[in-house]
Amino acid sequence: MARERSVGVLNSAIAAESDEWPRTTTATATPVRRQQQSFLSRVKRDKTMLLLALPGVLYLLIFVYIPQLGNIIAFQNYIAFQGFDSPFVGFDNFRQLFATPQFWNAVNNTIQISLLQLILYFPAPIGLALVLNGLISTGLRRFVQSVVYLPHFISWVIIVALFQQMLGGTGLVANLMRAVGLPATNFLGVPALFKWMMTVQVIWKDTGWGTIIYLAALLSIDATLYEAAAVDGAGRWRRFLHVTLPGLVGITILLLILRLGTILSVGFEQILLQRDGVGEQAGEVLDTFVYYYGVAGGQWSLAATAGLIKGIVGLVIVLGANKVAHVFGSDGVLS
Amino acid sequence: MQAVRPPWMERPSRLSNAGKAVLLAVVCIIVIYPFLSVIATSLANQEDVTNGGGMVLWPQHPSLAAYKTIFSGGAVANSLWVSVGITVVGTLASVTVTAMLAYSISRPIVGGRVILVMALLTLLFPPGIIPSYLMVKQLGLLNTYAALIVPVVLNAFNLVVLRQFFINIPQELTDSARMDGAGDVTILLRIVLPLSKAVLAVIALFYAVTTYWNSFFQALLYINDNAKWPLQLVARAYVLQGSPILGSVAYSVGGGPPPPPTQAIQMAVVVVAILPILVVYPFLQKYFTQGVLSGAIKG
Repeated sequence: MARERSVGVLNSAIAAESDEWPRTTTATATPVRRQQQSFLSRVKRDKTMLLLALPGVLYLLIFVYIPQLGNIIAFQNYIAFQGFDSPFVGFDNFRQLFATPQFWNAVNNTIQISLLQLILYFPAPIGLALVLNGLISTGLRRFVQSVVYLPHFISWVIIVALFQQMLGGTGLVANLMRAVGLPATNFLGVPALFKWMMTVQVIWKDTGWGTIIYLAALLSIDATLYEAAAVDGAGRWRRFLHVTLPGLVGITILLLILRLGTILSVGFEQILLQRDGVGEQAGEVLDTFVYYYGVAGGQWSLAATAGLIKGIVGLVIVLGANKVAHVFGSDGVLS
Repeated sequence: MQAVRPPWMERPSRLSNAGKAVLLAVVCIIVIYPFLSVIATSLANQEDVTNGGGMVLWPQHPSLAAYKTIFSGGAVANSLWVSVGITVVGTLASVTVTAMLAYSISRPIVGGRVILVMALLTLLFPPGIIPSYLMVKQLGLLNTYAALIVPVVLNAFNLVVLRQFFINIPQELTDSARMDGAGDVTILLRIVLPLSKAVLAVIALFYAVTTYWNSFFQALLYINDNAKWPLQLVARAYVLQGSPILGSVAYSVGGGPPPPPTQAIQMAVVVVAILPILVVYPFLQKYFTQGVLSGAIKG
């Protein structure tokens, strides 16, 4: 059991499962009998269910797991007509990549944008959730929720269009500046502002949506805790400090770990759409580097190498952050 | 609906109430205003646009000319059909595959745990852009509509939500059906799915909006032929990159009313891309605000 747990991901799902499964056993298969059956007879018993699972499993194999094998071209000099039989070159691609200044520029931009989003965007939903949770009127809360969830469902193409309408050269802010005699500026075309704009857009799009999970955590705090604290003479602030905050720590750490895991993949579509407005120097991030060098530029092996490094670093960060969370006594992502 | 303040809670001060009200009002305006501005600009004529310096707060001379232009045929109208088709077919395929897999691994079947972990790992280590592209190419799906559906047909997050919902369906219901001689498929079709209509609707809308209707990168990567472009790619070309609107015939001949301004046409494309989302949104948000999903998210 302990071993099975250690391969689990997203402990909630796995933990829920191991608790629930005895309950869901059918009349024909009690847990005791299952252990006595051979693997083949179990397959035979479950054949209808396995057939139902087949399309989904085939999808996972063909579009998720087998492509991972395609990462082998990071160690090859991939030539399109030779396919995966291209010659092996060991770590040459890695050497070449590390000697490419554009790669380091992309890494640098990625990390800067990521950190900015971590500092400015990550706390925003927590704050908004706390304000919403403090509203006594359910009707008002639902109205605000309906409004702030909406941008999450708008595509990046449209969001960029909306931002051009607000912050572009003929946008709202530029017009206001012109009206008071300042030079009208296209804020989306200034390289120095690029990482700030990317952060503002993410805040606009996903702050509202991000509150869902914190609101759920706040709702699950036992109301009697607040009452008991109030009876004991704790004021608003003390109740916030000793009841509300402890109720949010677990979910915040979990989301922080997941966020750290994506530190090398900042909004790909978002940046791909706007990179050309500020140029490669300010606008290239790792994902766009992979796209422009690989799919657009034909340097398949080099691009795949960059993608592979990104994936591995992300995984290592998640596992590392999870370890740190365990040290501090949190459940983390992996059980 | 007015909830009651519990007796132990002190009344908030005027200042904190005012602060909250201002904050929430500002947040709502920042979210809503760009949408209103886009709609206003799409209805404006050349004079409005010139007066407004490129964008319009309130059209003095509202007209639907911009919409007539984009619906009169050509690339936008064509891409609209592509997007609608992909969204309908893709959503049906996704919900079917997801429901079948979620149901099978919600029961203690052989290998069920392995399949679950396989699905969850995709969240931690998704395949890279290049390997995915090479796989789609190997399968001969480049430049086909299937490339916009098949590679994204299953979403692990939706799978987990649905599986958790199926697990929580009371065992007595399925057991009694089994006593009556119902097989796994019958139980799925007659008992499990009818009980899961709400969550299935939410998942269907999620797939429809975020996976298919808003799909941009899949199409950029896999579709070279711009006659097959979905709406998002066309919107990018016309609205963000400023390409001239091709193939519209309504105003190409001399005489008649002046053509609608470029800005209005661009914003009309934006409105067309947003409109279906606004139509289904009330159904979606009903479930979010009631916390249907959050229970499942917490697992």
